[in-house]
Amino acid sequence: MSKYLVFITVIGKDQKGIIARISNAVFRHNINIEDLNQKVMEGYFVMTMLVDMSDSAMTIPELKKELSVIEKEMGLSIQVQHEDIFKAMHRV
Amino acid sequence: MEYSIEEVMETVKMTLYHNFDIRTVTLGINLKDCIHSDIDVFKSNLYDRVTNYGKKLVAAAEKLEEKYGIPIINKRISVTPISLIIEACAEEDAPIQIAKTLDWAVKDAGIDFIGGYGALVQKGMTRADAKLIDSLPEVFSSTERVCGFLNVASTVSGMNMDAVIRLGKIIKDIANRTENGIGCTKFAVFANAPEDNPFMAGAFHGVGEPDFSLNIGISGPGVVRSVVEKNRDCDLTALSGVIKRTAFKITRAGELIGRELASNMNVPFGIVDISLASTTKVGDSVAGIVELMGVEKMGAPGSTAALALLIDAVKKGGAMASGNVGGLSGTFIPVSEDSGMNAAVKAGALSIEKLEALTAVCSVGLDMIAIPGDTSAETISAIIADELSIGMVNNKTTGVRLIPVPGKYAGDYVNFGGLLGETYVMDISTFSSYDFILRGGRMPSPITSMRN
Repeated sequence: MSKYLVFITVIGKDQKGIIARISNAVFRHNINIEDLNQKVMEGYFVMTMLVDMSDSAMTIPELKKELSVIEKEMGLSIQVQHEDIFKAMHRV
Repeated sequence: MEYSIEEVMETVKMTLYHNFDIRTVTLGINLKDCIHSDIDVFKSNLYDRVTNYGKKLVAAAEKLEEKYGIPIINKRISVTPISLIIEACAEEDAPIQIAKTLDWAVKDAGIDFIGGYGALVQKGMTRADAKLIDSLPEVFSSTERVCGFLNVASTVSGMNMDAVIRLGKIIKDIANRTENGIGCTKFAVFANAPEDNPFMAGAFHGVGEPDFSLNIGISGPGVVRSVVEKNRDCDLTALSGVIKRTAFKITRAGELIGRELASNMNVPFGIVDISLASTTKVGDSVAGIVELMGVEKMGAPGSTAALALLIDAVKKGGAMASGNVGGLSGTFIPVSEDSGMNAAVKAGALSIEKLEALTAVCSVGLDMIAIPGDTSAETISAIIADELSIGMVNNKTTGVRLIPVPGKYAGDYVNFGGLLGETYVMDISTFSSYDFILRGGRMPSPITSMRN
């Protein structure tokens, strides 16, 4: 089965448990983490997580809704977007 | 990871901080096969076609918004020019009946505007064209979501000055029937109108189009503004380069979404319109970009050159990104809808004559300009003739959307509300071109049209 690759991006203040909580949420829904990157950019903590949703029953809006709980509790901004948009914009 | 964190964040920041969105997805629909000699059957055919596809468009667009996290602001429909489909209707009020049917249909489908209530009369009018033109004041004062156009000039055919004369009176009539003349915001007059333009008010589904065509209008003044802001000290060649790269990226995003939407709806993909379309939001202004390039206020000397460079770079980036660039693909400089344009008018930096000059290099016309309510019909016709001459002679599209605001004079403030914005009434020359305009006839096509 081909992969259904999605980027989860997180912007906010660095604090304990961001990656733990997001990893835990995706694991609960049978979503595999393919890659993960984090950095401080322009004073903000930034994390990008590439996940494969092909084995999960969840859709992108459902995942976004699930992560919005963490987003609110931790004061973060979390985006969930299919990988194709990044491919279109950054690869010729 | 195949993408660097900087690349991912660049895309995310465009939507989060720089108002990047898909401005419109517009489904072009052929209505010719809905024609019926019984007007009730005809109306029922139109209603079914428009609501059916309108609902599909809204649902499919919402799904893609969620998938890619990029907002799709407007879902719209453009249709066959209505003058063509009322040819066989005997009823005198057929145009208005059809307009009301379309208005109901899009309302029921959750579509905010439907374009195509218009005619192509650059060389002359049929009886149906004349009936449709006469119905314009009633249509724009009694419907909510119907937008219209008239193409009265083209490079190949010249300019139909008899139609231009009628338009002066009609635009005043529309204005007088609606609060602050707001009915005029739903009507555009063109030279060389494109058949696949996704943007209102001038969108229609041309006769060279298939049964359906999904056209997409990207946006991104805010995104371009942010790169211009980051490159304050580079020379203009380098500045053109960074704008080009940005335009490439946003056009690719538009093309991806447009193609997938068309495929999901099982209709052909049409074009990507790469026009920079401003909104009333601060930071989403084309005038703001020109000012960041180093022009103190939009309209100051240098504005025309700056705007020419801007759209040239956008076109080059866009053309590299998509093989289906079409529609208007110029820069919109609507006065009331662009907070920077509006501020320039207020400051006295921007006149209607300078706006006309700006439209010669890149933009698509005199757009969303409030003029004094007592401007004569002949002067309105003369402004239209001037602007459309630029399009006709230079083989480009130009359009006019003027709002003669009843009871208002030069300098007065007008608020059209919402996305239509607010503005100050512009000063119009009081010298008359009455005798010139009333000569009528057809302005011959320019010599440059003879290319065969």
